[in-house]
Amino acid sequence: MIYLQLFLSYLKIGFFGFGGGYAMLSLIQNEMVTRHGWMTATELADIVAVSQMTPGPIAINCATYVGYTVTGNIWGSMLTTFAVSLPPLTLMVLITIFYNRLKSNAYMQGAMKWMKPMICGMIGAAALLFLNGETFIDWKSYAIFAVCFIATWFKVDSILMIVLSAAAGILLYL
Amino acid sequence: MKTLLQLFWTFFKIGAFTFGSGYAMIPMIEKEVVDRRKWFERDEFYDQFALASSAPGPFALNTAVFVGYKLKGWWGSLFAVLGAVLPSFLIILLIAMYLSGFRGNRYVEAAFKGIRPAVIALIAVPFINMLKRLPWYFMLMALAVAGVICYVGVSPIWFILAGALAGVVLTWYEKPRPDGKGGAE
Repeated sequence: MIYLQLFLSYLKIGFFGFGGGYAMLSLIQNEMVTRHGWMTATELADIVAVSQMTPGPIAINCATYVGYTVTGNIWGSMLTTFAVSLPPLTLMVLITIFYNRLKSNAYMQGAMKWMKPMICGMIGAAALLFLNGETFIDWKSYAIFAVCFIATWFKVDSILMIVLSAAAGILLYL
Repeated sequence: MKTLLQLFWTFFKIGAFTFGSGYAMIPMIEKEVVDRRKWFERDEFYDQFALASSAPGPFALNTAVFVGYKLKGWWGSLFAVLGAVLPSFLIILLIAMYLSGFRGNRYVEAAFKGIRPAVIALIAVPFINMLKRLPWYFMLMALAVAGVICYVGVSPIWFILAGALAGVVLTWYEKPRPDGKGGAE
């Protein structure tokens, strides 16, 4: 039963995952944290950090990780990873075939235009959900956030930033 | 068969060496697919790429699909996707199997305490950048959507559907006879 639920959740995440990894994060949060309680918001934040430092799309990384931790075996991982790869293997194939007709379709462009604020809101929701007492423990957390915000704003490499914030964590909290 | 294996290997490398967001892999995919293998003309690649980034699903996989499809049809897509997925699958599986063992470790816990606020910054910056570029009514809408998803717990799926529907209805309303044929440019 848990396998079916995992499969359906990741299928949804794949099919409605417009707008890239961070927007997809809000779908992942909704399914994993809010709806099924398979993980806490903090655990998800940790996975996002891990997935920034390992290669590959966030959606795949989350799927593999959650598939394993929820079921405790590799089959769970394979199932969720397969589920999140299905939309590209079906929908994207169709899009590729009908490419020339879709490219200048006014309805599709209209839909894309109106989905933009939704996608933007989803990214905002992902950031908001992580903003809680477990991620912001004290003034030091705010200081790390402020420094990282400025660094990201000026396009400092995200892997470097995570490594430095990990070092800061060890220095400040040990 | 040789092309299928080449597709697999090309996307395996891309999957294994691209970190961070999907957009970070554009230069690497371009180099492999356009410059090295000459599977695509540059313009054609960018055209298809624009479409792949507006389709749902992880966008590295969507790119794998259109490149694979052009060379070898559906099987090409399958091999390319397998190649792109496998490195992150294996790496994350190892981490999932062994990370729980580190959970109690006080160094790891302290490091994650430092990392968590950094993750929020990493998401907040692209959010603000995207927000800035929207017209004011879309800006308000995006803020409202963020609040409702986070604090009310409504699934983002409903907002995606509502946005798509609004776009289609408004296009239909504004343009009674849209030119759907288009054609190659």
